[in-house]
Amino acid sequence: MIVLVLFVLALLAPLAAPAPLAAQRPSLPQPGVLRVCADPDNMPLSNEKGEGFENKIAELIAKEWKSELRYAWWPVRRGFFARALNGRYCDIAIEAPGGLDIAAVTKPYYRSGYFFVSRKDHNLADMTSLDDPRLKKLMIGIHLLNSDAENAPPAMALSRHGVVGNLKGYNTFYSDINRPEAIVDAVANKEVDVAIVWGPLAGYFVKQSKVPLVMVPLAERDSLVDYPFRFNIAMGVRRRDRELRDSLNTVLAKRAPEIQAILDQYAVPHFPVQEERGDGR
Amino acid sequence: MNRSTKKLLSGTLVAGLSLALAASAEAQQAARSGAWTLNAPEGEWHMTGRDYSLQRFSPLKQITTANVMDLRPVWSFSTGTLRGHEGNPLVIGNMMYVHTSFPNIVYALDISKPGAPQVWKYVPNQSPDAIPIACCDLVNRGLAYHPSGKIYIQLLQGELLALDAKTGKELWKAKHPETSGAGTEATGYKQGATMTNAPIVIKDVVIAGISGGEFGVRGRVSAFNASTGKHMWTAYSTGPDNEVMISGDANANYASHKGKDLGVSTWQGDEWKRGGGTTWGWYSYDPDLNLFYYSTGNPGSWNPDQRPGDNKWSMTIFARNPETGQAKWAYQMTPHDEWDYDGVNENVLFESGGQKLLAHFDRNGIGYTLDRTNGKVIVAKPFGPVNWTKGVNLTTGVPDKDPKYGTTAKRNTEGICPAAIGFKDQQPSAYSPMTGFFYVPANNICMDYEGVEVKYTAGQPYVGAIVRMFPGPGGNRGRFIAWDPMKGSVVWEIKENLAAYGGALTTAGGLVFYGTMEGWLKAVDQKTGKVLWAYKTPSGIIGNPMTYNGPDGQQYVAVLSGIGGWAGIGVAAGIGAEDPTAGLGALGAFGDAGQFSTQGGVLTVFALKNMAPPAGR
Repeated sequence: MIVLVLFVLALLAPLAAPAPLAAQRPSLPQPGVLRVCADPDNMPLSNEKGEGFENKIAELIAKEWKSELRYAWWPVRRGFFARALNGRYCDIAIEAPGGLDIAAVTKPYYRSGYFFVSRKDHNLADMTSLDDPRLKKLMIGIHLLNSDAENAPPAMALSRHGVVGNLKGYNTFYSDINRPEAIVDAVANKEVDVAIVWGPLAGYFVKQSKVPLVMVPLAERDSLVDYPFRFNIAMGVRRRDRELRDSLNTVLAKRAPEIQAILDQYAVPHFPVQEERGDGR
Repeated sequence: MNRSTKKLLSGTLVAGLSLALAASAEAQQAARSGAWTLNAPEGEWHMTGRDYSLQRFSPLKQITTANVMDLRPVWSFSTGTLRGHEGNPLVIGNMMYVHTSFPNIVYALDISKPGAPQVWKYVPNQSPDAIPIACCDLVNRGLAYHPSGKIYIQLLQGELLALDAKTGKELWKAKHPETSGAGTEATGYKQGATMTNAPIVIKDVVIAGISGGEFGVRGRVSAFNASTGKHMWTAYSTGPDNEVMISGDANANYASHKGKDLGVSTWQGDEWKRGGGTTWGWYSYDPDLNLFYYSTGNPGSWNPDQRPGDNKWSMTIFARNPETGQAKWAYQMTPHDEWDYDGVNENVLFESGGQKLLAHFDRNGIGYTLDRTNGKVIVAKPFGPVNWTKGVNLTTGVPDKDPKYGTTAKRNTEGICPAAIGFKDQQPSAYSPMTGFFYVPANNICMDYEGVEVKYTAGQPYVGAIVRMFPGPGGNRGRFIAWDPMKGSVVWEIKENLAAYGGALTTAGGLVFYGTMEGWLKAVDQKTGKVLWAYKTPSGIIGNPMTYNGPDGQQYVAVLSGIGGWAGIGVAAGIGAEDPTAGLGALGAFGDAGQFSTQGGVLTVFALKNMAPPAGR
């Protein structure tokens, strides 16, 4: 790790303006400091201004531990856990799915899922599963996550249901031209008939929409594929940091009402947590 | 090893043979005009593969199979950066130009003086926010040179940069165009696009590529005026014929390559707009045919089930006119990719029996020999234990896929060979006109593509395949092979513990050089595959050895070490073997690379005799 520290310093020294990453470098956890990895531009989860619900939850934990909150800003993309968390730029990721393999996770603190989002006047509120024959004829908006065989479960499942081609992909690589709200706006603007969106994004942007929209959760299980459409969400730490994980479990239990209140404030739709294999490892 | 080698080489038979071989090599090289090397003197190296053919062959023969055991390091240079070092330096006159991994520093060193002191250093002002965008370590594959005295490098954050070769002063910066007929295009790291490959200079045109298929970047190559940086043309890898710059049939030899707008009709909906097919490999050029050659990467963004069709023109070798960008022909190697077998590897130009040919060793494990005038496949044979295909049908040009080893979201697939990293990745092969063989640094890695693992990205959980890589048959993770491109067969083979992830160099001295991930630079007899000499450099080698004549008349061999790249991402980014699926599965195969090598960019230069010591003060 010392080698890495020197590397980053040497690398950044000649740069004129210190950019966000300049302030952060891999190091060991420090007492009295809560180091959180978060995306600088990914509402409603987090942003650099601290406006997301992950920011609010991080603040709550820092307050509980009387620690200084320090962010390592890192876009939540491929490599977020491997490079940012396991690479010791930070010690905690506020969200990690319960079944995640690459890091250790706390006990789940909420559960959400994928939702159909459509215009209220389109009368699609009775659509609850990918078996619905209307899906073959409608234009469907869906997130593109990564490359081959790595996509949102509904996107993977749609091909099993023979829904191929009438999909419009929305990038999750957020930039000046790709915004998190684009997939929900597309429903409002009639670019697509129905969008399939991860709950926290759907809830937050549907609430803000000027056009009345409806959200319907996909059923817990699909008729054709064996992967889930709902996920427990926990916090992520490095596998070896078991004590930190246990401390987080304590604070999650103690501050559960406040955390639920934050989620509600951001209109995050959530279901009761269901025990699953791999939770709290 | 040295002692037995000496004994072997003292035989007059061997010495006589190598003399005869050297003579035929000269004859062949003499047939090429100066246009192939930018009129470089024999002892210089003006472009990434020494000449446009990308043969990586040097006519220098001071260092031979008979004296290579006396080769010794004579000077070395720390590049000042730690991440993976791919590519090789250029030598032009008394100057050596060295590039580094991010932030892509360029150094000019004066090789006429003892120890090759630095003449200038250029540090590009690059945003560290580009770091998380890079797919597989923060590499750069090298520089290009224009005889008017300019050096070019592509910066990770998405810019092509021109420098004054004498002073290192920045002359101009250029980017790919921001819009196309399809709308807004990603041009920089803020949109997921990066640049890592070595540009090519042809006449007064500089051609640059793009990386970032993982972020849905639409692949393309763009040409710029070498003096001003003014944009000339852009040819996309997907989309309608006018944007791919195809007129008529892309390849008259194959029915599957005939028809209009195949770059749209072989996709579903508008997925071609983010269809991948990036262009981060090595580019070659035939001055006689006035065609430049490159190939494109994997199709982007959907699981294979969700993009039925051939997904043209991903995984495709293109021959284009460098001034207009118009394609002369295209050949798609892996239609409808299911394995991430990027087709970007180098296309090496060579001749045999009067035919103008091109060889390509693909990630998919097939060694191709094509007629480079028309894109017809002449030989297509596996150079490793391939099982995804039963072979390429030479009549249709299409591989016969074995459904047993297909990957879909529908089921688990075990034991696919090769793995996504390919039986060969970016590490460029070399050709020797003396033997007529290719020398190919190869990986021997297979994979399981199984089940669904819960992952998390962009603020949502998703399911992804668990890609777990492991050593292929034999248990060795790398191979260095000699390949007969006309027979399509392996001539000899050296097994390597780790992948042979650095490039190769052939010389008229009868030698072939290559590096290993442990850091060994090896010199091998081209004919027999016998290792005659080896030296352990400070870090793993993923760069390409090159050779030049110093102003003192000595032949030197130079190589960049500095572990990293996809195979070395674990060491470079500090990820351990605890997660075998990290680094896109590479950690499963190379999790222990850290035991064999540590980080650090160093250029090591070798010669038969030490350089003159510097004068005291």
